Amino acid sequence: MEHSAGMSLERPFSWKGFFLQWEWILFLVFILIHIVNAQLSPYYLDFPNLVDTTMTFLDKAFIVLPMAYIIIMGEIDISVGSTVALSAVAMGLLHRAGMPMPAAMLCCLAVAAACGFVNGFILIKFPELAPMIVTLSTMIIYRGIALILLEDQAVGKFPLWFEYLGWEYFGPIPFMLFAFLVCAVIFGLVLHKTTFGRQVYGIGSNRMACVFSGVPVDRVRLIVYTLTGLMAGVTALFLTSRMGSTRPNVAQGYELDVIAMVVLGGISTSGGKGRLIGAVLAVFTVGYLRFGLGLRNVSAQVLMIIIGLLLIIAVAIPNVRGMIGSYLTKRKNSA
Amino acid sequence: MSTNAGTRAIPKEGLLAKFGKFREIGLLVFILVIMIFTQWKNPNFFTFENLDDLLANASILGILALGMMLVIIIRGIDLSIGANLALSGMIAALTVSNFPDTPPLLAILIGTLVGLACGSIVGVVVAVLGVLPIIASLGMMYVFRGLTYIVSGRRWVSAYQMPDTFKDMATGRFLGIRHYIIIAAVIYLLFYYFTNHTRTGRRIYAVGSNPESAAISGIHAKRLTWLTYAIMGGLSGFCGVLWVAKFASAQGDTASGYEMNVIAACVLGGVSIVGGSGKVGGVLLGTLLLGTLNNALPMINMSVFWQNAIQGAIILVAILVNTLVKRNVDRSNLARRPI
Repeated sequence: MEHSAGMSLERPFSWKGFFLQWEWILFLVFILIHIVNAQLSPYYLDFPNLVDTTMTFLDKAFIVLPMAYIIIMGEIDISVGSTVALSAVAMGLLHRAGMPMPAAMLCCLAVAAACGFVNGFILIKFPELAPMIVTLSTMIIYRGIALILLEDQAVGKFPLWFEYLGWEYFGPIPFMLFAFLVCAVIFGLVLHKTTFGRQVYGIGSNRMACVFSGVPVDRVRLIVYTLTGLMAGVTALFLTSRMGSTRPNVAQGYELDVIAMVVLGGISTSGGKGRLIGAVLAVFTVGYLRFGLGLRNVSAQVLMIIIGLLLIIAVAIPNVRGMIGSYLTKRKNSA
Repeated sequence: MSTNAGTRAIPKEGLLAKFGKFREIGLLVFILVIMIFTQWKNPNFFTFENLDDLLANASILGILALGMMLVIIIRGIDLSIGANLALSGMIAALTVSNFPDTPPLLAILIGTLVGLACGSIVGVVVAVLGVLPIIASLGMMYVFRGLTYIVSGRRWVSAYQMPDTFKDMATGRFLGIRHYIIIAAVIYLLFYYFTNHTRTGRRIYAVGSNPESAAISGIHAKRLTWLTYAIMGGLSGFCGVLWVAKFASAQGDTASGYEMNVIAACVLGGVSIVGGSGKVGGVLLGTLLLGTLNNALPMINMSVFWQNAIQGAIILVAILVNTLVKRNVDRSNLARRPI
């Protein structure tokens, strides 16, 4: 059905096709949002302001990158929000128990990666199970373990340098933005320039064919799910740092926000299609849209509605275009 | 969603039936074991009051799971039901708080119609616009949730704003049994008839198990897909009113994330996520399992913080065991086939 990503090398280049790509449309929307925002406030187009804003929406963006891999494979992981909660709680408890902060941070990443590994392991041992169902149950379990560990308390009192992590600057740009861009470049290069990345696309386009042509499908899936866990751990670090404390009910609903971002970025949930740059653009577009609506005093609820409609429109446009096209050819043929 | 539907072996009719029965008996035995264990730890379990509570609390989940079963059978999924439920419940609650003379039945009707309209929109997006169900319902979930906050002006409707006749729906009894249990029982009977003895019901299974051949045999797959989402929406709206009357409060974040519980009840009940199979009896058992756990864990003094993890673990184990059993059945099927 959808193997355009694998075929794009052989296709003749056309400017029209180039500019009609979803990523370009997103980019235009992104520019448009900046123009509108700049009209609203004269202080908007100020470099420190523009980069500071990113700190308000980048925490969950770290999960968007590996989630793009998962969705390109035609799968889904809805346990990431719970993974964030569990790894953050584990870090908080270990630090409270006297572990030095850097070690606790490593444990946070390790716990998160382990959560992802468990998802991947179950999925490769039971390939007939839908990823949605497996990650639905681990989503309940991980959040449940976080609740067992911390009950209804919060844990905080982290060292100051850790609490600054989410607010710190790396030169002129926030450390978080810097970290995200580095991660995005790495994930992009791996996805588009390595064998591993091609295998991810291959699994999404036709898993059976991949199995028969010797692609290590199980290994690729295990790695991708573990990576997803790991990046949820990175989100946990930044989220905890910015909040200064953590509770078992943090990051509720993150999984759906992350999936929405990936799909808005033009990555199809039927697998094998889309590019990482789209997901990254979607993160920034939605983030600045939220900021701009905030400038206009539009409530967060209206923003929810806008994002929901955007999500559907983004996916429906190609279908509607196809429907109109087939209607026109039918009429031409009958005439 | 990736599913290797292609590798699913198709067992013979007799064996499939046997397997189906075995599966449901296994689930039933599991529920009974939990019940007996709870009774042993706390003799108050098998009392009329407690069982009445258990069923009344599970009724909303059970009704929603029926709608979700239809949606999953036709190869869809609906993540918007929690938000749909909140929106319909909120509109019904606002109606009764502004017009205290509204009869409860009218409130239920309003809620159901709102839910039906919302579900129909999801259905149109999925069936006509061809958007994948998970994305369509995710998008509409944001829309409905946002609308809930907007119509309520980000305020709650609390117990004192609701007339007693409305709240009595939840606490009232008919012939000694709670209204909700009776309502759920009637809906279960209707669904049993609908899925097993009507053409439309059977066609839903046909589309779910093989859309291409269903289309060739002249079934309007799109119309049926739309219908399942509309039914799901109507049930969500209906349950929204029940929910609001039961908790005597309507909030913006009502039933947030509840869709996952509903999907879990379906999956526990043996509704296959790849579509085409699922039975009313199975969904009933899946709901009862979750309802029993919710009721039993506090009764054996299990800390409230352990309940989530235990529920999740049981869901996971049930799914994995089911898969292992199914593998065995498939393997023995292959072995019996004469070469």
